[in-house]
Amino acid sequence: MVKFLRKFYMSLIFIFLYAPIIVLIIYSFNESKSRGHWGGFTLKWYAELFRDREIIKALYYTFLVALLSSIISTVIGTFSAIGIHNMGLLGKKFALNINYLPVLNPDIVTGIALMTLFISLNIQLGFVTMLISHVVFNIPYVILSVLPKLKQMNKHTTEAALDLGATPAYALRKVVIPEIMPGVITGALIAFTLSIDDFVISFFNTGPGVTNLSIHIFSMARKGVKPSINALTTLMLLTVVILLLLINKRTTKGDELIP
Amino acid sequence: MKKNRAKILAYPYMVWMIIFIVIPLFLVLFYSLTKGNIHDPSSLSFSLESYARVFDRNYLTSIVKSFKLAFISTLLCFFLGYPVALIIATIKAKYKNILLMFFLVPIWMNFLLRTYAWMSILSPNGFLNRLLSFLGLPALSIMPGQTAVLLGMIYNFLPFMVLPIYTVLSKIDKSVLEAASDLGANKIGTFFKVILPLSVPGIVSGITMVFMPAVSTFVISRLLGGGKESLIGNLIEEQFSLYRDWHFGSALSIILMIVILISMAVMSRFESDNDNGGAPIW
Amino acid sequence: MKKKCMLFLSCITILIGLTVLSGCNSDKVVLNIFNWGEYIDPELLVKFEKETGIRVNQDLFETNEHMLAKLEGGGSYYDVIFPSDYVIEEMIKKDMLQKIDFNNVPNFKYVGDRFKNLNYDPTNEYSVPYFWGTLGILYNTEMVDEEVDSWDILWDEKYAGQILMLDSMRDTIGVALRKLGYSVNTTDPEILEQAKNLLIQQKPLVNGYYVDEIKDMMINGDAALALNWSGSAMDIYWEGADYIKFVVPKEGANLWFDCMVIPKTSKHKKEAEMFINFMLDPENAYQNSLYVGYVSPVTEAFERIMQENPEIADMDAYNPSDEVLDNCEVFIDLGDARPLFNNVWTEKKYAE
Repeated sequence: MVKFLRKFYMSLIFIFLYAPIIVLIIYSFNESKSRGHWGGFTLKWYAELFRDREIIKALYYTFLVALLSSIISTVIGTFSAIGIHNMGLLGKKFALNINYLPVLNPDIVTGIALMTLFISLNIQLGFVTMLISHVVFNIPYVILSVLPKLKQMNKHTTEAALDLGATPAYALRKVVIPEIMPGVITGALIAFTLSIDDFVISFFNTGPGVTNLSIHIFSMARKGVKPSINALTTLMLLTVVILLLLINKRTTKGDELIP
Repeated sequence: MKKNRAKILAYPYMVWMIIFIVIPLFLVLFYSLTKGNIHDPSSLSFSLESYARVFDRNYLTSIVKSFKLAFISTLLCFFLGYPVALIIATIKAKYKNILLMFFLVPIWMNFLLRTYAWMSILSPNGFLNRLLSFLGLPALSIMPGQTAVLLGMIYNFLPFMVLPIYTVLSKIDKSVLEAASDLGANKIGTFFKVILPLSVPGIVSGITMVFMPAVSTFVISRLLGGGKESLIGNLIEEQFSLYRDWHFGSALSIILMIVILISMAVMSRFESDNDNGGAPIW
Repeated sequence: MKKKCMLFLSCITILIGLTVLSGCNSDKVVLNIFNWGEYIDPELLVKFEKETGIRVNQDLFETNEHMLAKLEGGGSYYDVIFPSDYVIEEMIKKDMLQKIDFNNVPNFKYVGDRFKNLNYDPTNEYSVPYFWGTLGILYNTEMVDEEVDSWDILWDEKYAGQILMLDSMRDTIGVALRKLGYSVNTTDPEILEQAKNLLIQQKPLVNGYYVDEIKDMMINGDAALALNWSGSAMDIYWEGADYIKFVVPKEGANLWFDCMVIPKTSKHKKEAEMFINFMLDPENAYQNSLYVGYVSPVTEAFERIMQENPEIADMDAYNPSDEVLDNCEVFIDLGDARPLFNNVWTEKKYAE
């Protein structure tokens, strides 16, 4: 009985989660633009998707910004985390409290604050400002991932390395970094995921010609039915499922899936 | 000695934080407390009128509505999501991975896309109503409206409630559960007296991760609300995108920020207090 | 480790693929235009690039007020903008526009004379007409079987939940004002208060306040009545949905002109003028008008479309009669009365 209830409940939840997506996928093959009639099977919306310069441009910027921002924020974040870890108590508290502000603040406040900064300094909004704002909200997450690993690390290993004649830089490279690497990778992945999906912060800090997927969908969604978005949904679902299957194959514990 | 040397690694970031985190927030605070043309610094003068405007009846209604909707969606996410977390945590290992993975797929899809997907289903001639009319049932006019916004919130944020709870649940030591049943507790007793209290940190996390975006969203209300459901997020966005009133927009942002930070501070008390094994927040 | 490398590599691959697909940006001049949604045929942008080598980036705005907010907020520089009449008035007053060198826009001669030297730009130095039209009611004849000729129908309880209004301040408030029998440019606070109450009264009957969504919603049958611009009706007509009709109500409505202007912040004036000239070419104007639906001020384009489709000569949406036009007003810049309108709009928005 309990088993049945479980299955039933989970099925309901999954229907709830997937219904909208499945519906869009079905419509993506619909010949007719209208949501009411089925006009026949077609792949033309997919063709249109690839010809749509705007969507390609949006995808391009989305990936570019996400990649650059995650790399930059991982590098800065990792080194800063190491630095913070080695700070005195007061300094550490101060640094961490400010650092976590972008995490705690609603993204609309962070986005507006950054926009205010750029406008006040008469900086033209565009690719650079969008990249900077992504880095701003990415670094705290990197630090969030790396710090616990630093705490877990055995302090004596580093001391031992120094005692044995290693320069601090060498100790950093060969002792510290390998130990905290899982945290660094996780941080990079979180940064990347957040950047790909970001809407609000990018919305306020981008300029003419620079857009990302979320911003593009937002403006498209307010124009009514755009079947190429449905096609995009299908492709996206496919990509995500394949990616997750690949990652899953390489993971032993299910818990690691959680970002 | 290494300690002193290593901390300089953080100094560049400290400067960065001041420039890109502290100063922007101070600017927002500054604009919230002034009036005049923001491009002409000499025209700015101190004024509390932006904050006074917040208490205008119309805006208060909107603010209250935002909190109401956020509260309801968080509550619903909790009641819908806790069982999910429980089921996934207690299911056989071979299904766990697949289940979790498929549960995560929607989150990995773009947030805007998911909200847009709901538009297709809930609109007057959308999928839902077509299905209902096919079954001979009356059509529902859900969208645009509060219900649609609520559904959109739950749909987008449910996984964020489930994940933290699941994480905590999966870490509960099985021996504790065994001990409970050894001591005579039945399944229900074990749940309420052992599992639930131990899962409180996860619940608190989940609430935070749902409530905060829910209260500050403007996308969901924009797309699913038809211009009639204006929440705080919309109010703020409009001040900058439409009314060109940076002062009022800044005041609203500061207020939103303070409210969120206070609620977070309150929440974190509950996190550290869980050793007393109190009942869940609700 | 391997999976991370794979992820990294796949990202690089995607990036390269996208770069190739989007066409590499060399050091071409890039023109940034700021326009309404679906207001220009994308093929024309491609054609322009082919003919001149200038790449065009298009940013979109929903209403004039959004456009002004973005401009005044600073930080974004555009080369060509497509504002409406009363906004051009404001922009000229605020010295935001560059004077157009008409030696570079010889195609201006193709524009009908009645679109030149209008009251918002009397010396016609700053703007070039782009599209024009009226404001009226779109209605679905399959859902509305009575005659539609008055704004009153948008307040009719019979159509509760089936009415769409524009999320555009001047237009919607203008409708309320005309329904009350006043000018759309009224600045009398008492009259505006009446208009506000009228709109708040209407709110429960309104399905939603939209801009670009209206067209598809009407075609899909999501609503029976909508406040919208004339060109939208033509656009719907060209899509084959002839069950949707348009009318300018007897109380009168708004006559508007959207023009191309060059803001002071543009650094590519010559290229901007080339673009404006390009859009005035009768062949391009013809193509554009068919795609967007709105009516072109370029006489040749206007008449050609009418010749090819004689039935539209009677449509309010394409060729409004003088009678209709006389009953319409052009918006003028409100100047200091702007906050009054803002307040009406805000209160309507947040009233429960």
